[in-house]
Amino acid sequence: MSYQYDPNARYAKTHDWVRMEEGLAVCGISDYAQHALSDVVYIELPEIGAELIQGEVYTTVESVKAAEEVYAPVSGKVVDVNPDLADTPEQLNSEPYAAWIIKVAPSNPEELDALMLADAYEAFVQAEEAGGH
Amino acid sequence: MAEPLNRTALYDEHLKLQGRLVPFAGWELPVQYDTTGPTVEHQAVRTAAGLFDIDHMGQVEVSGPGALAFLQHIQVGDVSSMAVLDARYSLMCYADGGIVDDIFIYRLGVQRWWVVVNASNRAKDVAWMRAHAAGFDVTIKDLSDDTYMLALQGPKAQAILQRLTAADLAAMPFHTGLETEVAGIATVLGATGYTGEYGYELFFPTARAVEMWQALLQAGAADGLLPCGLAARDSLRFEPCLPLYGHEIDQNTDPLSARLGWAVSFDKGDFVGRDALLKIKLEGSSRLLVGFEMVDKGVPRPEYPVAVAGQIVGHVTTGMKSPATGRFVGLAYVPASHAKLGSTIDIVIRDQAKQATVVKRPFYIAAYRR
Repeated sequence: MSYQYDPNARYAKTHDWVRMEEGLAVCGISDYAQHALSDVVYIELPEIGAELIQGEVYTTVESVKAAEEVYAPVSGKVVDVNPDLADTPEQLNSEPYAAWIIKVAPSNPEELDALMLADAYEAFVQAEEAGGH
Repeated sequence: MAEPLNRTALYDEHLKLQGRLVPFAGWELPVQYDTTGPTVEHQAVRTAAGLFDIDHMGQVEVSGPGALAFLQHIQVGDVSSMAVLDARYSLMCYADGGIVDDIFIYRLGVQRWWVVVNASNRAKDVAWMRAHAAGFDVTIKDLSDDTYMLALQGPKAQAILQRLTAADLAAMPFHTGLETEVAGIATVLGATGYTGEYGYELFFPTARAVEMWQALLQAGAADGLLPCGLAARDSLRFEPCLPLYGHEIDQNTDPLSARLGWAVSFDKGDFVGRDALLKIKLEGSSRLLVGFEMVDKGVPRPEYPVAVAGQIVGHVTTGMKSPATGRFVGLAYVPASHAKLGSTIDIVIRDQAKQATVVKRPFYIAAYRR
Protein backbone atom coordinates (compact mmCIF):
# COMPACT_ATOMS: atom_id res chain seq x y z
CA MET A 1 0.00 0.00 0.00
CA SER A 2 1.08 3.57 -0.55
CA TYR A 3 0.01 6.25 1.88
CA GLN A 4 0.03 10.01 1.99
CA TYR A 5 2.46 11.95 4.16
CA ASP A 6 2.37 15.60 5.13
CA PRO A 7 5.93 16.92 4.64
CA ASN A 8 5.28 19.68 7.19
CA ALA A 9 4.37 17.30 10.00
CA ARG A 10 6.36 15.20 12.41
CA TYR A 11 5.27 11.70 13.34
CA ALA A 12 5.23 9.45 16.40
CA LYS A 13 5.66 5.67 16.21
CA THR A 14 2.03 5.48 17.31
CA HIS A 15 1.06 6.95 13.89
CA ASP A 16 0.07 10.34 15.24
CA TRP A 17 1.18 13.50 13.46
CA VAL A 18 1.91 16.94 14.86
CA ARG A 19 2.41 20.20 12.99
CA MET A 20 3.51 23.50 14.53
CA GLU A 21 1.17 26.34 13.53
CA GLU A 22 1.39 29.78 15.17
CA GLY A 23 3.09 28.37 18.24
CA LEU A 24 0.54 25.59 18.72
CA ALA A 25 1.04 21.88 18.13
CA VAL A 26 -1.77 20.71 15.85
CA CYS A 27 -2.33 16.97 16.23
CA GLY A 28 -4.06 14.26 14.21
CA ILE A 29 -3.70 10.68 12.98
CA SER A 30 -1.75 9.65 9.90
CA ASP A 31 -3.09 8.30 6.62
CA TYR A 32 -1.66 4.91 7.57
CA ALA A 33 -3.49 5.06 10.92
CA GLN A 34 -6.85 5.94 9.38
CA HIS A 35 -6.43 3.21 6.78
CA ALA A 36 -5.68 0.63 9.46
CA LEU A 37 -8.69 1.79 11.47
CA SER A 38 -11.15 1.46 8.57
CA ASP A 39 -14.28 3.67 8.45
CA VAL A 40 -14.36 6.00 11.48
CA VAL A 41 -17.80 6.46 13.06
CA TYR A 42 -17.09 8.41 16.24
CA ILE A 43 -14.36 10.21 18.13
CA GLU A 44 -14.52 11.18 21.78
CA LEU A 45 -13.13 14.72 21.78
CA PRO A 46 -11.01 15.61 24.83
CA GLU A 47 -11.83 18.56 27.12
CA ILE A 48 -10.23 21.90 26.40
CA GLY A 49 -7.75 22.51 29.21
CA ALA A 50 -6.79 18.85 29.55
CA GLU A 51 -3.09 18.32 30.27
CA LEU A 52 -1.43 15.82 27.94
CA ILE A 53 1.76 13.85 28.39
CA GLN A 54 3.69 12.77 25.32
CA GLY A 55 3.06 9.11 24.50
CA GLU A 56 -0.04 8.80 26.71
CA VAL A 57 -3.58 8.17 25.52
CA TYR A 58 -5.65 11.33 25.11
CA THR A 59 -8.72 10.04 23.31
CA THR A 60 -10.35 7.09 21.58
CA VAL A 61 -11.37 6.89 17.96
CA GLU A 62 -14.07 4.41 17.03
CA SER A 63 -14.20 2.76 13.64
CA VAL A 64 -16.71 0.34 12.19
CA LYS A 65 -14.92 -2.58 13.80
CA ALA A 66 -12.93 -1.36 16.79
CA ALA A 67 -12.15 1.31 19.36
CA GLU A 68 -8.53 2.48 19.12
CA GLU A 69 -6.62 4.68 21.51
CA VAL A 70 -4.92 7.83 20.25
CA TYR A 71 -1.60 8.92 21.80
CA ALA A 72 -0.39 12.45 22.41
CA PRO A 73 2.61 13.24 20.19
CA VAL A 74 3.57 16.14 22.52
CA SER A 75 3.03 17.21 26.12
CA GLY A 76 1.00 20.31 26.94
CA LYS A 77 -2.43 21.78 27.44
CA VAL A 78 -5.31 21.25 24.98
CA VAL A 79 -6.39 24.71 23.82
CA ASP A 80 -8.78 23.72 21.02
CA VAL A 81 -10.61 20.68 19.67
CA ASN A 82 -11.92 20.27 16.13
CA PRO A 83 -15.69 20.72 16.45
CA ASP A 84 -16.35 19.39 12.93
CA LEU A 85 -15.34 15.90 14.02
CA ALA A 86 -18.39 15.61 16.29
CA ASP A 87 -20.69 15.43 13.29
CA THR A 88 -18.37 14.24 10.54
CA PRO A 89 -15.69 12.01 12.11
CA GLU A 90 -15.29 10.37 8.68
CA GLN A 91 -13.12 13.38 7.79
CA LEU A 92 -10.38 11.49 9.62
CA ASN A 93 -10.56 8.95 6.78
CA SER A 94 -10.98 11.31 3.84
CA GLU A 95 -8.53 14.06 4.86
CA PRO A 96 -6.27 12.77 7.61
CA TYR A 97 -3.88 15.74 7.51
CA ALA A 98 -6.58 18.41 7.30
CA ALA A 99 -8.81 16.79 9.93
CA TRP A 100 -6.87 17.82 13.03
CA ILE A 101 -8.17 16.56 16.36
CA ILE A 102 -6.63 18.92 18.93
CA LYS A 103 -4.38 21.95 19.24
CA VAL A 104 -1.93 21.86 22.12
CA ALA A 105 0.13 24.59 23.79
CA PRO A 106 3.31 22.52 24.07
CA SER A 107 4.95 22.52 27.48
CA ASN A 108 8.21 21.18 26.07
CA PRO A 109 8.60 22.04 22.36
CA GLU A 110 11.89 20.16 22.24
CA GLU A 111 9.89 16.93 22.37
CA LEU A 112 9.13 17.47 18.70
CA ASP A 113 12.79 17.03 17.75
CA ALA A 114 12.60 13.38 18.78
CA LEU A 115 9.69 12.73 16.40
CA MET A 116 10.18 11.46 12.85
CA LEU A 117 10.20 13.64 9.76
CA ALA A 118 7.96 12.52 6.90
CA ASP A 119 10.73 10.57 5.11
CA ALA A 120 11.72 8.66 8.22
CA TYR A 121 8.08 7.96 9.06
CA GLU A 122 7.43 6.64 5.56
CA ALA A 123 10.35 4.23 5.97
CA PHE A 124 9.00 3.27 9.41
CA VAL A 125 5.55 2.50 7.94
CA GLN A 126 7.08 0.45 5.11
CA ALA A 127 9.13 -1.55 7.59
CA GLU A 128 6.06 -2.14 9.73
CA GLU A 129 4.06 -3.32 6.70
CA ALA A 130 6.88 -5.61 5.55
CA GLY A 131 6.96 -7.13 9.04
CA GLY A 132 3.44 -8.37 8.50
CA HIS A 133 0.26 -7.17 10.19
CA MET B 1 -1.16 -22.64 19.49
CA ALA B 2 -3.69 -21.33 17.00
CA GLU B 3 -4.83 -23.76 14.33
CA PRO B 4 -3.67 -22.91 10.81
CA LEU B 5 -6.34 -20.94 8.98
CA ASN B 6 -8.33 -22.33 6.05
CA ARG B 7 -8.27 -20.40 2.81
CA THR B 8 -11.25 -20.40 0.48
CA ALA B 9 -10.86 -21.07 -3.25
CA LEU B 10 -11.30 -17.31 -3.74
CA TYR B 11 -8.30 -16.30 -1.64
CA ASP B 12 -6.37 -14.95 -4.64
CA GLU B 13 -9.47 -13.18 -5.98
CA HIS B 14 -9.84 -11.37 -2.65
CA LEU B 15 -6.20 -10.27 -2.74
CA LYS B 16 -6.60 -9.00 -6.32
CA LEU B 17 -9.57 -6.91 -5.18
CA GLN B 18 -7.55 -5.54 -2.22
CA GLY B 19 -9.48 -7.58 0.31
CA ARG B 20 -8.23 -7.11 3.86
CA LEU B 21 -7.97 -10.68 5.09
CA VAL B 22 -8.58 -11.53 8.74
CA PRO B 23 -9.12 -14.73 10.71
CA PHE B 24 -12.80 -15.63 11.16
CA ALA B 25 -14.15 -18.92 12.54
CA GLY B 26 -10.96 -20.70 11.43
CA TRP B 27 -10.94 -19.13 7.98
CA GLU B 28 -9.00 -16.31 6.38
CA LEU B 29 -11.64 -14.04 4.90
CA PRO B 30 -11.89 -10.40 3.75
CA VAL B 31 -13.26 -8.11 6.47
CA GLN B 32 -13.51 -5.40 3.81
CA TYR B 33 -12.15 -4.47 0.39
CA ASP B 34 -9.80 -1.51 0.64
CA THR B 35 -11.06 0.14 -2.55
CA THR B 36 -14.51 0.50 -0.97
CA GLY B 37 -14.67 -0.16 2.80
CA PRO B 38 -17.48 -1.39 5.06
CA THR B 39 -19.74 1.66 4.82
CA VAL B 40 -19.72 1.77 1.01
CA GLU B 41 -20.20 -2.00 0.81
CA HIS B 42 -23.14 -1.80 3.22
CA GLN B 43 -24.84 0.90 1.17
CA ALA B 44 -24.24 -1.05 -2.05
CA VAL B 45 -26.29 -3.94 -0.66
CA ARG B 46 -29.07 -1.63 0.57
CA THR B 47 -29.34 0.21 -2.75
CA ALA B 48 -27.89 -2.10 -5.46
CA ALA B 49 -26.21 -5.42 -4.73
CA GLY B 50 -23.30 -7.10 -2.97
CA LEU B 51 -21.49 -10.40 -3.41
CA PHE B 52 -20.19 -12.33 -0.38
CA ASP B 53 -17.79 -15.26 -0.15
CA ILE B 54 -19.47 -17.39 2.53
CA ASP B 55 -17.79 -20.68 1.76
CA HIS B 56 -16.95 -21.03 5.44
CA MET B 57 -20.60 -21.95 6.04
CA GLY B 58 -21.26 -25.70 6.24
CA GLN B 59 -23.76 -27.79 4.29
CA VAL B 60 -25.04 -31.09 5.66
CA GLU B 61 -27.20 -33.41 3.59
CA VAL B 62 -29.81 -35.42 5.48
CA SER B 63 -31.46 -38.11 3.38
CA GLY B 64 -33.35 -41.37 3.59
CA PRO B 65 -36.79 -42.68 4.54
CA GLY B 66 -36.33 -41.40 8.10
CA ALA B 67 -35.04 -37.94 7.16
CA LEU B 68 -38.26 -36.06 7.95
CA ALA B 69 -38.75 -37.78 11.33
CA PHE B 70 -35.07 -37.16 12.17
CA LEU B 71 -35.28 -33.46 11.33
CA GLN B 72 -38.49 -33.09 13.34
CA HIS B 73 -36.55 -34.56 16.27
CA ILE B 74 -33.35 -32.48 16.12
CA GLN B 75 -34.62 -28.96 15.38
CA VAL B 76 -37.36 -26.76 16.80
CA GLY B 77 -39.51 -26.04 13.72
CA ASP B 78 -42.26 -28.09 12.10
CA VAL B 79 -40.80 -29.01 8.71
CA SER B 80 -43.52 -31.57 7.86
CA SER B 81 -45.44 -28.86 6.02
CA MET B 82 -42.45 -27.97 3.81
CA ALA B 83 -42.96 -28.82 0.15
CA VAL B 84 -40.05 -29.92 -2.01
CA LEU B 85 -37.91 -26.79 -2.70
CA ASP B 86 -39.20 -24.91 0.35
CA ALA B 87 -36.56 -23.37 2.62
CA ARG B 88 -36.84 -22.30 6.25
CA TYR B 89 -34.91 -20.84 9.19
CA SER B 90 -34.70 -22.92 12.37
CA LEU B 91 -32.56 -23.78 15.38
CA MET B 92 -31.18 -26.92 16.96
CA CYS B 93 -31.34 -26.98 20.76
CA TYR B 94 -29.84 -29.04 23.55
CA ALA B 95 -32.13 -30.83 25.99
CA ASP B 96 -31.83 -27.83 28.35
CA GLY B 97 -33.05 -25.44 25.64
CA GLY B 98 -29.59 -23.95 24.96
CA ILE B 99 -28.85 -23.40 21.28
CA VAL B 100 -26.58 -25.79 19.34
CA ASP B 101 -26.79 -23.62 16.23
CA ASP B 102 -29.19 -21.70 14.06
CA ILE B 103 -29.68 -23.33 10.68
CA PHE B 104 -31.32 -22.95 7.31
CA ILE B 105 -33.17 -25.99 6.01
CA TYR B 106 -33.82 -26.75 2.33
CA ARG B 107 -36.08 -29.57 1.23
CA LEU B 108 -34.50 -30.64 -2.07
CA GLY B 109 -36.47 -33.88 -2.46
CA VAL B 110 -39.12 -35.86 -0.63
CA GLN B 111 -36.38 -37.64 1.33
CA ARG B 112 -33.47 -35.30 0.68
CA TRP B 113 -32.78 -32.20 2.77
CA TRP B 114 -29.91 -29.76 3.21
CA VAL B 115 -29.07 -28.12 6.49
CA VAL B 116 -26.85 -25.04 6.25
CA VAL B 117 -24.85 -24.43 9.44
CA ASN B 118 -22.43 -21.86 10.82
CA ALA B 119 -18.72 -22.26 10.11
CA SER B 120 -17.74 -22.08 13.76
CA ASN B 121 -20.20 -24.86 14.62
CA ARG B 122 -19.83 -27.19 11.66
CA ALA B 123 -17.90 -30.02 13.35
CA LYS B 124 -19.95 -29.72 16.53
CA ASP B 125 -23.24 -29.72 14.58
CA VAL B 126 -22.40 -32.77 12.48
CA ALA B 127 -21.27 -34.70 15.55
CA TRP B 128 -24.42 -33.66 17.41
CA MET B 129 -26.68 -34.69 14.52
CA ARG B 130 -24.95 -38.08 14.28
CA ALA B 131 -25.26 -38.59 18.04
CA HIS B 132 -29.03 -38.14 17.73
CA ALA B 133 -29.48 -40.29 14.61
CA ALA B 134 -29.85 -43.65 16.37
CA GLY B 135 -33.18 -45.24 15.52
CA PHE B 136 -33.73 -43.11 12.40
CA ASP B 137 -33.27 -44.52 8.88
CA VAL B 138 -31.17 -41.57 7.77
CA THR B 139 -27.84 -40.75 6.10
CA ILE B 140 -25.96 -37.66 7.28
CA LYS B 141 -23.31 -36.36 4.91
CA ASP B 142 -21.12 -33.30 5.43
CA LEU B 143 -20.92 -31.75 1.94
CA SER B 144 -19.09 -28.59 3.06
CA ASP B 145 -15.68 -29.27 1.52
CA ASP B 146 -17.03 -29.94 -1.97
CA THR B 147 -19.78 -27.33 -1.90
CA TYR B 148 -18.99 -23.67 -2.46
CA MET B 149 -21.30 -20.99 -1.12
CA LEU B 150 -21.74 -17.41 -2.30
CA ALA B 151 -24.41 -14.87 -1.37
CA LEU B 152 -25.73 -12.31 -3.84
CA GLN B 153 -27.82 -9.76 -1.96
CA GLY B 154 -29.66 -6.52 -2.66
CA PRO B 155 -32.49 -4.99 -4.68
CA LYS B 156 -30.60 -5.60 -7.96
CA ALA B 157 -29.69 -9.21 -7.13
CA GLN B 158 -32.52 -10.75 -9.13
CA ALA B 159 -31.82 -8.74 -12.29
CA ILE B 160 -28.11 -9.55 -12.09
CA LEU B 161 -28.59 -13.27 -11.50
CA GLN B 162 -31.24 -13.51 -14.23
CA ARG B 163 -28.55 -12.65 -16.81
CA LEU B 164 -26.74 -15.87 -15.91
CA THR B 165 -29.56 -18.40 -15.66
CA ALA B 166 -32.46 -19.73 -17.72
CA ALA B 167 -34.53 -20.30 -14.57
CA ASP B 168 -37.40 -17.82 -14.16
CA LEU B 169 -36.30 -16.03 -11.00
CA ALA B 170 -39.36 -13.78 -10.87
CA ALA B 171 -41.43 -16.94 -10.41
CA MET B 172 -39.26 -18.12 -7.50
CA PRO B 173 -40.84 -17.19 -4.14
CA PHE B 174 -38.69 -15.93 -1.26
CA HIS B 175 -37.51 -18.76 1.03
CA THR B 176 -37.54 -21.45 -1.64
CA GLY B 177 -34.76 -23.35 -3.36
CA LEU B 178 -34.14 -24.42 -6.94
CA GLU B 179 -31.71 -26.78 -8.69
CA THR B 180 -30.59 -25.04 -11.87
CA GLU B 181 -27.57 -23.76 -13.78
CA VAL B 182 -25.92 -20.40 -13.18
CA ALA B 183 -23.20 -19.31 -15.61
CA GLY B 184 -23.23 -22.87 -16.92
CA ILE B 185 -22.51 -24.29 -13.46
CA ALA B 186 -24.88 -26.75 -11.74
CA THR B 187 -26.19 -24.76 -8.77
CA VAL B 188 -28.57 -25.13 -5.88
CA LEU B 189 -30.10 -21.71 -5.56
CA GLY B 190 -31.77 -20.47 -2.37
CA ALA B 191 -33.87 -17.30 -2.43
CA THR B 192 -32.78 -16.11 0.96
CA GLY B 193 -30.01 -14.23 2.71
CA TYR B 194 -28.63 -12.60 5.81
CA THR B 195 -28.82 -8.90 5.00
CA GLY B 196 -32.45 -7.85 5.22
CA GLU B 197 -32.59 -7.52 1.45
CA TYR B 198 -33.92 -9.85 -1.20
CA GLY B 199 -31.24 -12.05 -2.63
CA TYR B 200 -29.82 -15.49 -3.21
CA GLU B 201 -27.44 -18.00 -1.76
CA LEU B 202 -25.69 -20.15 -4.35
CA PHE B 203 -24.32 -23.65 -3.74
CA PHE B 204 -22.13 -25.22 -6.43
CA PRO B 205 -18.96 -27.32 -6.84
CA THR B 206 -15.90 -25.79 -5.19
CA ALA B 207 -13.85 -26.39 -8.35
CA ARG B 208 -15.96 -23.73 -10.14
CA ALA B 209 -15.67 -21.02 -7.47
CA VAL B 210 -13.43 -18.55 -9.32
CA GLU B 211 -15.49 -18.89 -12.50
CA MET B 212 -18.78 -18.23 -10.67
CA TRP B 213 -17.36 -15.32 -8.65
CA GLN B 214 -16.02 -13.58 -11.76
CA ALA B 215 -19.20 -14.23 -13.78
CA LEU B 216 -21.38 -12.68 -11.06
CA LEU B 217 -19.13 -9.64 -10.54
CA GLN B 218 -19.05 -9.02 -14.28
CA ALA B 219 -22.82 -9.49 -14.69
CA GLY B 220 -23.48 -6.92 -11.97
CA ALA B 221 -20.71 -4.39 -12.55
CA ALA B 222 -22.96 -1.92 -14.39
CA ASP B 223 -25.55 -2.16 -11.60
CA GLY B 224 -23.08 -1.22 -8.89
CA LEU B 225 -22.55 -4.74 -7.57
CA LEU B 226 -19.64 -4.76 -5.09
CA PRO B 227 -17.76 -7.58 -3.41
CA CYS B 228 -18.49 -7.24 0.31
CA GLY B 229 -16.54 -8.29 3.38
CA LEU B 230 -17.38 -9.57 6.83
CA ALA B 231 -17.78 -6.10 8.35
CA ALA B 232 -20.58 -5.24 5.92
CA ARG B 233 -22.08 -8.71 6.39
CA ASP B 234 -22.22 -8.06 10.15
CA SER B 235 -23.74 -4.56 9.92
CA LEU B 236 -26.23 -5.71 7.27
CA ARG B 237 -27.49 -8.62 9.39
CA PHE B 238 -27.49 -6.46 12.53
CA GLU B 239 -29.85 -3.72 11.30
CA PRO B 240 -32.76 -6.12 10.65
CA CYS B 241 -31.74 -7.90 13.93
CA LEU B 242 -30.84 -11.27 12.42
CA PRO B 243 -28.99 -13.23 15.12
CA LEU B 244 -25.33 -14.26 14.93
CA TYR B 245 -24.19 -17.39 16.75
CA GLY B 246 -21.69 -16.48 19.47
CA HIS B 247 -23.37 -13.09 19.91
CA GLU B 248 -27.16 -13.11 20.23
CA ILE B 249 -27.37 -16.90 20.55
CA ASP B 250 -25.19 -19.66 21.98
CA GLN B 251 -25.46 -22.69 24.21
CA ASN B 252 -26.31 -20.48 27.20
CA THR B 253 -29.21 -18.77 25.47
CA ASP B 254 -32.52 -20.16 24.27
CA PRO B 255 -34.69 -19.25 21.26
CA LEU B 256 -37.46 -17.69 23.36
CA SER B 257 -35.19 -15.27 25.25
CA ALA B 258 -33.49 -14.47 21.94
CA ARG B 259 -36.93 -13.48 20.51
CA LEU B 260 -36.88 -16.37 18.06
CA GLY B 261 -39.91 -18.08 19.57
CA TRP B 262 -41.71 -17.80 16.21
CA ALA B 263 -39.39 -20.52 14.89
CA VAL B 264 -40.37 -22.99 17.64
CA SER B 265 -43.30 -25.35 17.08
CA PHE B 266 -44.62 -26.84 20.31
CA ASP B 267 -47.47 -28.53 18.42
CA LYS B 268 -45.42 -30.83 16.19
CA GLY B 269 -44.69 -33.42 18.85
CA ASP B 270 -41.55 -34.10 20.86
CA PHE B 271 -38.13 -32.77 19.88
CA VAL B 272 -34.82 -32.28 21.66
CA GLY B 273 -35.22 -29.33 24.03
CA ARG B 274 -39.03 -29.17 23.94
CA ASP B 275 -39.62 -29.69 27.66
CA ALA B 276 -37.09 -27.05 28.65
CA LEU B 277 -38.41 -24.54 26.10
CA LEU B 278 -42.02 -25.17 27.14
CA LYS B 279 -41.06 -24.45 30.73
CA ILE B 280 -39.43 -21.14 29.68
CA LYS B 281 -42.50 -20.28 27.60
CA LEU B 282 -44.87 -20.95 30.53
CA GLU B 283 -42.75 -19.31 33.23
CA GLY B 284 -41.37 -16.48 31.10
CA SER B 285 -37.71 -15.73 30.39
CA SER B 286 -35.69 -14.23 33.21
CA ARG B 287 -33.65 -12.25 30.70
CA LEU B 288 -34.50 -11.06 27.22
CA LEU B 289 -32.74 -9.76 24.15
CA VAL B 290 -33.64 -6.12 23.58
CA GLY B 291 -32.77 -3.37 21.15
CA PHE B 292 -31.35 -0.18 22.64
CA GLU B 293 -30.27 3.23 21.45
CA MET B 294 -27.58 5.36 23.06
CA VAL B 295 -28.77 8.55 24.78
CA ASP B 296 -25.26 9.55 25.85
CA LYS B 297 -22.67 9.55 23.10
CA GLY B 298 -20.66 6.41 22.53
CA VAL B 299 -20.33 3.33 20.38
CA PRO B 300 -21.74 0.17 22.00
CA ARG B 301 -19.82 -3.00 21.20
CA PRO B 302 -20.13 -6.74 21.86
CA GLU B 303 -19.40 -7.81 25.47
CA TYR B 304 -19.79 -4.34 26.96
CA PRO B 305 -21.62 -4.68 30.30
CA VAL B 306 -25.19 -3.45 30.76
CA ALA B 307 -25.79 -1.86 34.16
CA VAL B 308 -28.83 -0.70 36.09
CA ALA B 309 -28.34 1.42 39.24
CA GLY B 310 -24.63 0.62 39.21
CA GLN B 311 -25.12 -3.15 39.09
CA ILE B 312 -24.07 -5.17 36.05
CA VAL B 313 -27.19 -6.99 34.86
CA GLY B 314 -26.41 -8.06 31.30
CA HIS B 315 -24.22 -7.54 28.26
CA VAL B 316 -24.26 -6.16 24.75
CA THR B 317 -24.34 -8.84 22.03
CA THR B 318 -23.87 -6.54 19.03
CA GLY B 319 -23.71 -2.77 18.76
CA MET B 320 -22.54 -0.16 16.31
CA LYS B 321 -23.40 3.02 14.47
CA SER B 322 -26.09 1.68 12.16
CA PRO B 323 -24.90 2.60 8.66
CA ALA B 324 -28.40 2.89 7.18
CA THR B 325 -29.84 5.10 9.94
CA GLY B 326 -26.81 6.75 11.56
CA ARG B 327 -28.18 5.75 14.99
CA PHE B 328 -25.91 4.35 17.72
CA VAL B 329 -27.83 1.20 18.56
CA GLY B 330 -27.31 -2.30 19.86
CA LEU B 331 -28.76 -5.57 21.03
CA ALA B 332 -28.30 -6.70 24.63
CA TYR B 333 -29.51 -9.24 27.14
CA VAL B 334 -31.20 -7.53 30.09
CA PRO B 335 -33.38 -8.78 32.97
CA ALA B 336 -37.02 -9.16 31.93
CA SER B 337 -37.81 -6.31 34.37
CA HIS B 338 -35.86 -3.89 32.14
CA ALA B 339 -36.95 -5.21 28.75
CA LYS B 340 -39.92 -2.87 28.25
CA LEU B 341 -39.69 -0.25 25.52
CA GLY B 342 -38.53 3.01 27.03
CA SER B 343 -36.64 1.38 29.93
CA THR B 344 -33.43 3.18 30.84
CA ILE B 345 -30.24 1.11 31.01
CA ASP B 346 -26.56 1.99 31.12
CA ILE B 347 -23.98 0.66 28.70
CA VAL B 348 -20.54 0.55 30.33
CA ILE B 349 -18.07 1.90 27.78
CA ARG B 350 -14.46 1.92 28.96
CA ASP B 351 -15.52 1.94 32.63
CA GLN B 352 -18.00 4.76 32.16
CA ALA B 353 -21.77 4.28 32.41
CA LYS B 354 -23.44 5.74 29.32
CA GLN B 355 -27.21 6.04 29.28
CA ALA B 356 -29.30 4.16 26.70
CA THR B 357 -33.00 3.48 26.15
CA VAL B 358 -34.68 0.21 25.21
CA VAL B 359 -36.14 0.74 21.74
CA LYS B 360 -38.09 -1.21 19.17
CA ARG B 361 -36.39 -3.85 17.06
CA PRO B 362 -35.53 -4.14 14.23
CA PHE B 363 -33.50 -1.03 13.35
CA TYR B 364 -34.17 -1.65 9.68
CA ILE B 365 -37.23 -3.41 8.29
CA ALA B 366 -36.18 -6.17 5.93
CA ALA B 367 -37.29 -5.72 2.30
CA TYR B 368 -39.28 -8.96 2.47
CA ARG B 369 -41.19 -7.79 5.56
CA ARG B 370 -42.44 -4.49 4.12
